[in-house]
Amino acid sequence: MATYSTNEFKSGLKIMLDGDPCSIIENEFVKPGKGQAFNRVKIRNLKNGRVIERTFKSGESVEAADVMETDLQYLYTDGEFWYFMDPVSYEQVPADATAVADAVKWLKEQDSCVVTLWNGAPISVATPNFVTLKVTETDPGVRGDTSGGGGKPATLETGAVVRVPLFIDIGETIKVDTRTGEYVGRAKD
Amino acid sequence: MPKTESAGAVHWQPCAGADILTLRAALLARIRAYFRQQAVLEVDTPQLSRAASTDPAIESFSSVFTGPGSADGLPLYLHTSPEFFMKRLLAAGSGPVYQLAHVFRNGELGSRHNPEFMMLEWYRPGMDHRDLMDDVDRLLAFVLEGYTDYRPARRLTYRQWFLDATGLDPWSDTVADFRRFAERQLESVPRGLDGHALEPWLDLLVSHYLEPALGDQPVFVYDYPPGQAALARVRPGKVPVAERFELYIKGIELANGFHELADAGQQRQRFETENQAREQAGQAALPIDCKLLAALQSGLPDCAGVAMGFDRLVMVAAGLPDIAAAMPFPFDRV
Repeated sequence: MATYSTNEFKSGLKIMLDGDPCSIIENEFVKPGKGQAFNRVKIRNLKNGRVIERTFKSGESVEAADVMETDLQYLYTDGEFWYFMDPVSYEQVPADATAVADAVKWLKEQDSCVVTLWNGAPISVATPNFVTLKVTETDPGVRGDTSGGGGKPATLETGAVVRVPLFIDIGETIKVDTRTGEYVGRAKD
Repeated sequence: MPKTESAGAVHWQPCAGADILTLRAALLARIRAYFRQQAVLEVDTPQLSRAASTDPAIESFSSVFTGPGSADGLPLYLHTSPEFFMKRLLAAGSGPVYQLAHVFRNGELGSRHNPEFMMLEWYRPGMDHRDLMDDVDRLLAFVLEGYTDYRPARRLTYRQWFLDATGLDPWSDTVADFRRFAERQLESVPRGLDGHALEPWLDLLVSHYLEPALGDQPVFVYDYPPGQAALARVRPGKVPVAERFELYIKGIELANGFHELADAGQQRQRFETENQAREQAGQAALPIDCKLLAALQSGLPDCAGVAMGFDRLVMVAAGLPDIAAAMPFPFDRV
């Protein structure tokens, strides 16, 4: 079992905490002049994204987490799993709904995603910041209105619903910011 | 030949700019002016010693002298404070003394710690820790004038500090009481803290609960539990206390003072107890300073002494959040 001592703590280090893989965000050395030294650490739980604070006695060791971030291509879903492929080895890995989480709204076949693997299994999926998706359903476009004021909901090929300007029509491809879920513009073909 | 880094990526420049260098020089000059006016003598003692601090919470750097008389190598330790040499001067009749010394502490690196830093340390024969708190107030009012509005620090006993903040009494409540309080109040309690010793739990609550609530105004916390006496004398009584104080400003621990222990037998006992604690914790026992014990034996004048982190004083004067910004060459630039 690989371990890290508190002296190896730095941001980005992956450790195990209460059975979950975590990533260190911030590490602070705290010590009274004549007393016990501590490391006060901000940590992100990589499974649920929650940030917590933990205090360690300096010199203590914690278990290392076998965590890797890889660029994988999204292939398809069978409803239970979402399948990703390593573009070099062609190896496929299935991710469950917990791992895919909110990314499911933006997953388009053949898009490349950053998949976080823990002990070789996906625990989270990050889609690119911008994706281009086809509009499958929306109210008819208002021709001539290029102001974009007001807007209307549009359903995209992945099922995501975003607000788009009035002039957007079914069948058009648009660019969306996945971090905010906002329409950015018409995709250039 | 050792590999050298390529010139392009090397940060050779100092960290502190001209403003901080000027501030450091001005503060040093004022410190010297204060002590000249008070007729306290500036001294300069060795940084390398055959003996080391045995304090389990402080780690010395060590080195080896090889040369005349020491063909096989003589282990030496870089001082963690100039205390032992300065007490030998006092025992020899120096009268009041101060020193601005670079000191070294292994393992300590963070926003308030640098492994090498400058310590202002001074000793006042005829004073106890209360008199010395007055002296610290006078020095800081003089030195910080024009940089930050220094008012004499509020005074709070360690016991009252805990009673006010936690309702717990470090002199009578148990480890279990403090542990329960920590588990209830802190976001996280570290594993591996001794279930029997009180001190680590007090340290945890001080650094994670009490210090953050102190505020920006200067505060002296004084009269410590005997278990945290270090080199202070313990005043016997119904509630025996170590005659020690700490000064906090803007949440920064700036100075630590003692009414100095002068009893050679008690001092030897503390060194030995500390070495035993070190061995139990898997740290190496270190050579005890027998020359200091001999000096105490011959007679240390009744005195109080205090150590102040000079780089932290620069942080306070300039309002810096990180000690590295207060130093010309912090650890990552050496």
